[in-house]
Amino acid sequence: MDIEEKVIEIIMDQLDLPRERCRPEASFINDLGADSLDLMELIMEMEEDFGIEISDDELQNIRTIQDVIDFIKAKKAS
Amino acid sequence: MRRRVVITGMGAVTPLGNSVLETWEALVAGKSGIDFITKFDATAFETKIAGELKNFDPLNHVSKRDLRRLDEFIIYALAAADMAVADATLTIDKKNAEKVGVFIGSAIGGLTTFEREKETILKYGPRKMSPFAIPSVLANLGAGHVSIRIGAKGPINCSVTACASGTCAIGDAFYTIANGYADVMLAGGTDAAVSPMCIAGFNAMRAISVKNAEPKKASRPFDRARDGFVVGEGCGLLVLEEYESALKRGARIYGEIIGYGLTSDAYHFAAPPPGHDGAARAMEAALRDARLKPHEVDYVNAHGTSTPLNDRFETQAIKRVFGEHAYKLAISSTKSMTGHLLGAAGAVEAIIALLAIEHGVVPPTINLDEPDEECDLDYVPHRARKRDINVAMSNTFGFGGVNAVLVFKKFTE
Repeated sequence: MDIEEKVIEIIMDQLDLPRERCRPEASFINDLGADSLDLMELIMEMEEDFGIEISDDELQNIRTIQDVIDFIKAKKAS
Repeated sequence: MRRRVVITGMGAVTPLGNSVLETWEALVAGKSGIDFITKFDATAFETKIAGELKNFDPLNHVSKRDLRRLDEFIIYALAAADMAVADATLTIDKKNAEKVGVFIGSAIGGLTTFEREKETILKYGPRKMSPFAIPSVLANLGAGHVSIRIGAKGPINCSVTACASGTCAIGDAFYTIANGYADVMLAGGTDAAVSPMCIAGFNAMRAISVKNAEPKKASRPFDRARDGFVVGEGCGLLVLEEYESALKRGARIYGEIIGYGLTSDAYHFAAPPPGHDGAARAMEAALRDARLKPHEVDYVNAHGTSTPLNDRFETQAIKRVFGEHAYKLAISSTKSMTGHLLGAAGAVEAIIALLAIEHGVVPPTINLDEPDEECDLDYVPHRARKRDINVAMSNTFGFGGVNAVLVFKKFTE
């Protein structure tokens, strides 16, 4: 499974959302009804599944699904 | 003059059923809701039985997402709140929201979440703590989430008085409406503490029954062979409403709440004193509050935990308050069937007292095969009984020496 697909699956499961709402440009807070605690939990799940660590500073830059995908790809490449 | 307060809605999830109606039918049939613990592996525990909910589907009341972020004690409260508000056919909108409040007590709050998250820290480290752990553990989040769900913006509170929590919430809600601080209150108690720490902790105190061989016979209040209470879980919520407001909107009225008594033992953190003076004074205070004489009471839903001390001393306290009339009262401990729902007990038992008034039926004390010789009152053994009930009293006592008593009356204009 590629990174993009896996990220979307995690979001669908954690936020209990149908696939059609999980468009890459969707904002967690504004479009997906998540609050800051949902986002924290989501990031913990990403850290676990992708074996990476995301600092609080880095978290500040994550607003959309695409941000997460790009971030994980960059982490994995480095 | 204080305002009259009536009950216009009720909701419950209990070991006997996932609604008030199912629970009531099981009570009248004398069924036990006690069985083997399924929530965790109790093999190594002295007690392997409890009163758990059965076939309760949380997804009828919360989303899959909320299921993960809410402790069960909160989910039970949301379920009971959905039912109570629907039962009361209550609409909460801009006009009345600030006059609608929520008091939901809980003895232990999110103990199950607490235990699980502590394990997470030990196994995976502090960074793996769920951000939903703390808001799932705090005992007042039952009330918090219910207020969000129904849009109630009036008074909010959570009484934490151990096994009297639900009763204190209802008593406080009664006064809140009577004194004009709110017109409608959703009040009761919730607990979901069938957990390793709870069972092992009560075992260490020798407070709960170890009659594992026959779970349905384990809770036997006032019986010679009783050996402790049986932990139960669930939630009971009542809609209390100012009399004129209920009348104006043509609400169905279950009964009137007319008295509340609250006292402290100042004796021991867990055990009642011989004669249980505090309990007797709480019953007297509730009667004074209700402006009733003892002989006007028909039914007492006893605290009746099935512990050796409570049942004997509660009986002594009832005799002191009611004198000769004690022998004419119908008294029952419905904990013989539900188990002890901790902070939810008083609320579920308040509902039972109101239904006893409405139906003219006293639910029984089951498993009372051979009464303790010091327990010689009429505990309505084995089978429900028809009896016209005008006034019902509900007793609830909690660790910390809390004694809380409510008095309900058949509704008349």
